[in-house]
Amino acid sequence: MSINLNRRAFLKLSGGVAGTVAVSGTWDVLTKEQIASAVTTDEGTQVIPVLCNHNCGGRCQIKAHVKDGVVVRITTDDRPDLENNPQLRACLKGRATRNRIYHPDRLKYPMKRVGKRGEGKFKRITWDEATDLIAKNLKKIVDQYGPHSVYVNYATGDEGAMAGRTSAKRLMNLMGGYLGYYGSYSSACLKYTAPFVTGYRDTNTYQTLHHSKLIILSGFNPAETVFETNSNYYLAKAKKAGAKVIVIDPRYTESAATFGDQWIPIVPATDTALFSAMAYVIITENLHDQAFLDKYTIGFDEEHMPEGVPAGNSYKSYILGTTDGKPKTPEWAAAITGIDANTIINLAREYATTKPAQLLQGLGPQRHAQGESSTRAGIVLAAMTGSIGILGGGWGGGEGGRKLGLDVGELPTGDNPVETQISVFMWTDAVVRGTEMTEKDGVQNGPLKSNLKFMWNLGSNTLVNQHADINKTIKILEDESKLEYIVVSDQFMTPSAKYADILLPSDHAFERYDFGFPWTGEEYILFGNKAVEPPGECKHDYWWMSKVAEKLGLGEKFTEGKTQEDWMKQLVEDAQKADSQFPSWEELKKKGLYRKDTIEYVAFEKEIKDPANNPFQTPSGKIEIFSKTLFDMKNDEIPGVPKYTPAAEGPEDPLKEKYPLQCFGPHIKRRTHSTWDETPWMEEAEPQTMWINPEDAQARGLQDGDKAKVYNDRGALVIPVRVTKRIRPGVVSIPQGAWYTPDDKGVCQRGCINILTSQRPTPLAHGNGQHTNLVQVKKL
Amino acid sequence: MAKDQKAFYVDTTKCINCKTCEIACKDINNAALGQRIRKVRSFEVGEYPNIFVYNISMSCNHCEDPQCVKACPAGAYTKREDGIVVHNPDVCIGCRYCTWACPYGAPQFDEEVGKVRKCNMCIDNVEEGELPACVSACPTRAIEIGMLSDFENRPGSTISIHNLPSPNISKPSTRYKVKPEAMKR
Repeated sequence: MSINLNRRAFLKLSGGVAGTVAVSGTWDVLTKEQIASAVTTDEGTQVIPVLCNHNCGGRCQIKAHVKDGVVVRITTDDRPDLENNPQLRACLKGRATRNRIYHPDRLKYPMKRVGKRGEGKFKRITWDEATDLIAKNLKKIVDQYGPHSVYVNYATGDEGAMAGRTSAKRLMNLMGGYLGYYGSYSSACLKYTAPFVTGYRDTNTYQTLHHSKLIILSGFNPAETVFETNSNYYLAKAKKAGAKVIVIDPRYTESAATFGDQWIPIVPATDTALFSAMAYVIITENLHDQAFLDKYTIGFDEEHMPEGVPAGNSYKSYILGTTDGKPKTPEWAAAITGIDANTIINLAREYATTKPAQLLQGLGPQRHAQGESSTRAGIVLAAMTGSIGILGGGWGGGEGGRKLGLDVGELPTGDNPVETQISVFMWTDAVVRGTEMTEKDGVQNGPLKSNLKFMWNLGSNTLVNQHADINKTIKILEDESKLEYIVVSDQFMTPSAKYADILLPSDHAFERYDFGFPWTGEEYILFGNKAVEPPGECKHDYWWMSKVAEKLGLGEKFTEGKTQEDWMKQLVEDAQKADSQFPSWEELKKKGLYRKDTIEYVAFEKEIKDPANNPFQTPSGKIEIFSKTLFDMKNDEIPGVPKYTPAAEGPEDPLKEKYPLQCFGPHIKRRTHSTWDETPWMEEAEPQTMWINPEDAQARGLQDGDKAKVYNDRGALVIPVRVTKRIRPGVVSIPQGAWYTPDDKGVCQRGCINILTSQRPTPLAHGNGQHTNLVQVKKL
Repeated sequence: MAKDQKAFYVDTTKCINCKTCEIACKDINNAALGQRIRKVRSFEVGEYPNIFVYNISMSCNHCEDPQCVKACPAGAYTKREDGIVVHNPDVCIGCRYCTWACPYGAPQFDEEVGKVRKCNMCIDNVEEGELPACVSACPTRAIEIGMLSDFENRPGSTISIHNLPSPNISKPSTRYKVKPEAMKR
């Protein structure tokens, strides 16, 4: 940090007590004279609303204090903090933005690769040369291989309205299209699966949490993942209102520590076994809501099955073991989940008899090798207890809220003439064998007419760091005959940026106008001002994409004569037409926020209150505990009802003899995926460490702080260990998002978990099971 | 009771150890790496699986009997009328005695400048009508400022916390709400 502005130069050494204080509102101790005399050092400082626009569920208000063109301080929302409109306070990351934007490693100039791909050797070039090269290579590849050969990679480094990926899609749609994807690295299994059960995916908002008497956080750790700016504020409120919180997680998370009344450490990848045994207890003790099941669901018991399905395929038959001879008893589940039978029985009873109860499932459990089943089994439990569509009940579906639609949209991309799509996780396969991929590989509207040849990777670290099995990925990328051209834009030399052919320096959200949208239930949009100039020759992706378009003869069609700022103004104008209260451009610049009071929204309320007029949007019009669509796929891993299937590299895999520890990659507070890994203040706040139970540490001679090597057949990494009772024995956790930093043998020295993860897709969603890995750990 | 004064209050039952207070403090103070003028410490007690973790966000405790004031040979420290303990960098000689005397490790040595810095409850901020950076930063609204007499009378208010130094040394003014497991035993 090179800025050392002594804005607080004076000290008052005598100040007297002027009165008592109202604490959480304003400090009203001061006289007007005192305030007037205090404003001495901040002359010329402007306070400007800006944005933090990375890929977490929160969108927080940040204000940049700018003096002489430099951000000298960051503050957050300072509106009155009201119950129905709480402040949108930024987390540690947003508050550390100065440490990021003034980082000496910011990319500042366009560059082209000069060494071998991935070697990280680049030469500075002009923007003119960079856009020339991109236009020339793009044209060559599209002409030779067609639009199926171009891919716009999953990119979440910039979640604004004008993100680079959007510009790329807009340009490609003017050139005949590009190969699309469905799903996401965050929620592939949930997104794909929930609609089979409830028609669409929706959940009660966090604002309703204080109505719950019991909240089960199942693989859900909002204290660190921040699914909504105020998710923890609402959890604290629910606790104050008397809710009991049970946390099911292999780790005693920060959420467990603060909000948990009970911690149930579960073996990773066994959630469905636990839920099945809970269902067993609920059924055998007759605690289920039969009336709800009869009215709103299909497939619970043999009396409510779709036509043409052989007997013995209902959920109840599975749970009671009628067909397979294996009742899913608490004892059965205890052996799988590592949770003792009594705990399971009590949990089931408590969940079934406490009304209303909320089952909040995080996204972690669905990022497992059998991630689809835990999603489905969670919804079934909520249905069995009649918890769907009611205030204080609900099934979390990972996001504990919903998008209420206060979205002003983004740069219009136009329509993609290419209808073919792959699962977001399958792009490396599409590079190697795209034309051979079929529906079984998750291809929709296929086949692919070309393997992937051109990659737009704009504001994304998914090219290398966040995709699974880095050693496999980089081998594919290093072969220039496969993916022929890679364009990367970023703010830093990330592991993905090193694999660029053309590497372009991006501006930061503080350095442009942009919008920010929260993931979930609070109705607001944020507006970010351009508060400072970007360093060096950093540009917004739309700017250089316009130059590329121009060189391809598509300049006018691409820009429609508009700059990035013009498009933003257009979005505001359109939003004002749709909503008379929507603020003007000038108002947005000043306030940085348009927000409505919060509401308590209940998902599927209309389907439950008035089912005749609002059937669930499934083939049967009901909650499909049994899905005939899935049953007809005739795949043991995609059963008609959610069943526990032992995961590859899960606790029952024989590979455990060689690699005895289950390893998963939680999100931690100091990063948003791989963003902020480079920020020194974040490393100080929370260094990258692996959690290991003292029992496993002792067996390996490891002490807290020691460096360990973690490895399996795919790769190896080195990481300091944190020996802690906060993780169950047999499990280690390596926080995802650390930057892949290989030594000369390819061993990652920073602890990037994706050196260990597998590209094996999940059975139905073809999603990423990046949490299911077997490893061995040894002292270094 | 001792003379009333300004103080911090932290409801640790709401603290998620997110360290936002720490970073907001760092930002307003332009604190370099290594200087943690406010710091959240996390303590783990019990045996697996019956463990308990509590988080203590702490800056200078603006003690009734501040050890830094006693230890400083240069007279850089002053306990103001309102109880805030302030440090004057113009007088500080960088001897670090205060960093050893403070039971809580509150004063932070700035290697670059060769002087100590510490929390002054953001008095300049407060005089501009704002709250201290940590207070206005906390996502769960766990940190407050106010008068010690008020905080002391809140149910469960304590400074006698397991793993923290005895409050008898310096009589800190900060008060915490903690779960019973975190109480001094």
